Amino acid sequence: MAAVEEKIEGVVSNRGAFDRRNTDWYIDKLVEGLVFLGGISAILFIIGIFVFIGKEGLGFVFETLDLEEFFTSPYWEPSDEDAPEYGILALIAGTASVTGLAMIVAIPFSLGAAVYIGEFATGKTREALKVLVELLAAIPSVVWGFIGLTIMNPLIIELFDVPVGLTVLNAGIILGLMAAPIMTSIAEDALKAVPDRYREAAEAMGATRWQVIYKVVLPAAKNGLLGAVLLGVGRGFGETMAVLMATGHAVNIPTSVFDSVRALTATIAAELGETAVGSDHYGALFTIGIFLFIITFIINLLADLVVRGVRKG
Amino acid sequence: MVSEQGGAAATQASSAAPIKVAVRDVTISYGGVAALSGVSLEVREHEVFGIIGPANAGKTSFLKALNRMDSFTDGMGVEGDIHFDGVPVDRLRNVYALRKRIGVVFPLPVGLPMTIYENVALAPRLSGINRKAELDLIVERCLMRAALWDEVKDRLNSLGSLLSGGQQQRLTIARALSQQPEVLMLDEFSIAVDPVTTMRIEEVLKELRSEMTIILVTNLVQQAERLANRTAFFLGGECIEVGDTAELFAGQVEDQRTRDYIEGKFG
Repeated sequence: MAAVEEKIEGVVSNRGAFDRRNTDWYIDKLVEGLVFLGGISAILFIIGIFVFIGKEGLGFVFETLDLEEFFTSPYWEPSDEDAPEYGILALIAGTASVTGLAMIVAIPFSLGAAVYIGEFATGKTREALKVLVELLAAIPSVVWGFIGLTIMNPLIIELFDVPVGLTVLNAGIILGLMAAPIMTSIAEDALKAVPDRYREAAEAMGATRWQVIYKVVLPAAKNGLLGAVLLGVGRGFGETMAVLMATGHAVNIPTSVFDSVRALTATIAAELGETAVGSDHYGALFTIGIFLFIITFIINLLADLVVRGVRKG
Repeated sequence: MVSEQGGAAATQASSAAPIKVAVRDVTISYGGVAALSGVSLEVREHEVFGIIGPANAGKTSFLKALNRMDSFTDGMGVEGDIHFDGVPVDRLRNVYALRKRIGVVFPLPVGLPMTIYENVALAPRLSGINRKAELDLIVERCLMRAALWDEVKDRLNSLGSLLSGGQQQRLTIARALSQQPEVLMLDEFSIAVDPVTTMRIEEVLKELRSEMTIILVTNLVQQAERLANRTAFFLGGECIEVGDTAELFAGQVEDQRTRDYIEGKFG
């Protein structure tokens, strides 16, 4: 009995060593705290932005704005002194048509590029292409807008014999080329995430390169690829400068790709500086901001869910 | 033809059998560094040809060279002659046709990310078989022969990658059988499989050897003894010797290292 007690006492007296805080312990806690701050700051900023936009726009939404008119009227005439109209239907149509065309351009380009980089290119070609794609993704949007204005515009006028070249077609192509690099990068990541043993197994069965890609790799990567497309759509909705410069910036529900349109984002960019803070026009622009925020939030959330892979059964 | 018992009796029968794979003076290198050098051996039709040897002996590289998987491995070079049914494999235009005739089972089971049914139906589909009834039949027969049918027949539409390791390995074997291969190559198939499943797969292989040629690379010396008619011993990138399995295990070896390895003195 005595021996046992002694042992227990020995343990108790040792506890001090386990409780002592040394430099390593403090550094560990400090780093943990800093990383935590960094981590939650992103969330705080998002909430902050939402609160700010909401504060500026929501008052207008509840007090003055006719929500039905806002979403269904094609007339955006905020400067009309007698009866200003705040209808964003034409702006939504503008953004949607440009984004839609951009995806038609970007999806084949980006998926093709991703499959080539991920499945066919080897060694230096592959590395060079990846760097180039990332370089393309870094081109500022105003440069793309510039290309739309000065190169695409006269080109479209000449090629299709139309009076204006700043159209859905122009902006769609520009936006498609802009979105393609980032989509390529994400799609290539998705292909890279498919384990090589799947490819080897299929190759060993006598599948050709294309059969391996078509039957095994693409189905296995489909979530990531869909995510890439959704992020491209998000990019299209949010893009401002290039769209402002290439669409023609005319409020219009397009009936063909040769119509000029105006995008939601471009409207905010072009008009916010000229409105009186707190005016109805100011509030309406912030309401568009809220709408864009919600749309891009939903698209990004969807993309995230899809990339994580909501698996069947 | 081939005796079911294996061992010496089978060898006598198989020594008369035609040569399925002939390898002459083959050297395999990665980026100029030889992984296997100067290997010459013959695999006869309907025999189980065992390859034993410690890690880095060049066993896997040897298999890769046989079905021309080298073309997808960066920097892998193969010199020498490999003949499949008398045809030199390095001069084939359509390597896919060669690979279709050789089934491969990898060390780690690879359940492709599709349903169990599709895993087995993939190879027939690639060969242009699309009729449901025909595919159903192939899937059932192959799963049956791989001793997996009873366990999965009620959930053919669940993901193949969700099966346990041992089941996935049998799925891999079923998939290899669906190609109707003339040669089945197994690369250390039991490395990630429990002993009970290993024995079940060995039973499957014993039944298969009357229909196809089996090349069995194994890390288990006793597995070669149980299954192989003839066995080759690879060591450090060389083929030390090839002999009748029963004779090798009875101690009739040309090289002392073979005896040491078989007796577990190294490796």
